[in-house]
Amino acid sequence: MKILSDIAALVTGMWITWKHIFRRPVTIQYPEEKRTPYPRYRARIVLTRDPDGGERCVACQLCSGACPVDCITMQSAEDKDGRRYAEWFRINFSRCIFCGFCAEACPTLAIQMTPDFEICKRDIMDLVYEKEDLLIDGCGKSPDYNYYRHAGIGVTQPRGSGAEEKPPVDVRGLLP
Amino acid sequence: MIYDPIDIALLLGKIALVFFVILTLAAYLVFAERKVLAWIQDRKGPNRVGPFGLLQPLADLIKLLTKEDFRPIGADKWLFYLAPAMAAIPAIMIFAIVPFGAPLTLFGHTVQLQVSDLNVGLLLFMALSSVAVYGVALGGWASNSKYALLGSIRGLAQLISYELSMGLSLVPVVMLARSFRLSDIVNAQAGCWFIVYQPLAFMIFLISIAAECKRIPFDLPEAEGELVAGFHTEYSGMRFGLFFVGEYINIIVLGGLATTFFLGGWHGPFLPPAVWFSAKVLAFAFLFIWVRGTLPRLRYDQLMHFGWKILTPLALVNILVTGWWLVLRG
Ligand code: SF4
Ligand code: SF4
Repeated sequence: MKILSDIAALVTGMWITWKHIFRRPVTIQYPEEKRTPYPRYRARIVLTRDPDGGERCVACQLCSGACPVDCITMQSAEDKDGRRYAEWFRINFSRCIFCGFCAEACPTLAIQMTPDFEICKRDIMDLVYEKEDLLIDGCGKSPDYNYYRHAGIGVTQPRGSGAEEKPPVDVRGLLP
Repeated sequence: MIYDPIDIALLLGKIALVFFVILTLAAYLVFAERKVLAWIQDRKGPNRVGPFGLLQPLADLIKLLTKEDFRPIGADKWLFYLAPAMAAIPAIMIFAIVPFGAPLTLFGHTVQLQVSDLNVGLLLFMALSSVAVYGVALGGWASNSKYALLGSIRGLAQLISYELSMGLSLVPVVMLARSFRLSDIVNAQAGCWFIVYQPLAFMIFLISIAAECKRIPFDLPEAEGELVAGFHTEYSGMRFGLFFVGEYINIIVLGGLATTFFLGGWHGPFLPPAVWFSAKVLAFAFLFIWVRGTLPRLRYDQLMHFGWKILTPLALVNILVTGWWLVLRG
């Protein structure tokens, strides 16, 4: 009898919802209860420093180029020793979609995502972060990496003394 | 006819009491519905305004009162303004005939706990419940909007499918109580509730009142999923609030009527009659909320098929069987 199975279906449904009334709600009461985001959670962006304390960012514009919403701008400059840095560096968090492409693109691991997602502001202009707001005193998620130790150009150390780097070959000495 | 001032004062007192209780209860029913639906869906529901969110209805009221009172271009002004009242007022008027407690004796007067004990109370209910659907129909028609119009068309289609079975399901009650007067119907159930004699009529009435107060699975005139909000799409502010509160008043009133017709009204052991009555009405309200949390919405051709091909014939057969049974019993 179809009607009997229909009624049985109704009763089953009602029974299931009845049971759910007494379940513990899964709601997390946000401002009072917070769940800890995973370490790789993508939220507020920071600029990190290398283990020596120098700024990692070399103002190469790769993050800016990778950003799908074009919210990173900077001005590059060069120190007397030839080390490049960003004169100013600006991320507009009101446009950022927290995709993490900038962090993926960065060759020096300077720009990194952090799990701090609570960056709401009353005034939208406060969401434009300048370099002072972005730069942190630490290495972030990659404590040992120092770009210039691997780059092999004589900026922070003479050529040939970087990690995994052989001394330069005297090309004239190779002549037959 | 001479009216005693105390009688008049008592009558006005009863009216004020009914208004106050019904409106407060309707507001808290909205809150209860949000809570229970939230629990069914493993959520917590409103809990921010006041302790346990108990002041939420007040916050909702302030919000509705301060919203812009919007009227779409091309709307029929007077009908547009009239429709919310036409939806809410008949609903609350029906409660005038519902006996909510045993007669009391106050100041040497016997006070019926019922605003008006009409001898055609049941017919008045049928009439007013048909008037209430004009609010839906006119509101949708006057808004000059296709969603609203579709909603009100569905409202009318729904009306002609359930009103008949609702009326027919009440005929056996009248046959058993031998009266249209609601206090007589309640008194006839002092020994045994009519739901025992008439389970089928009770089921038909229950389904019909779910359609009457436009609840899921029969909320076709509103149908948020398809028609935005159906007949009240274009309403805002307190006019929307009237439609909304009217729906919950309807739940209370129809729950009260179902209690009166089938569950023995205020009769019940141990507890005071008014408590029994409220408990039964709230049980109906909970049932409606629970059903809403469970069932999907029907299509309106399904509702019409169901009304005309199943409920109405069943109700007719039920009347015949009741008649035979009454004759055989003598
Ligand atoms: S996370 Fe995505 S959107 Fe945000 S700055 Fe980086 S690349 Fe741009
Ligand atoms: S943050 Fe990284 S990718 Fe962006 S400019 Fe600096 S070094 Fe280049």
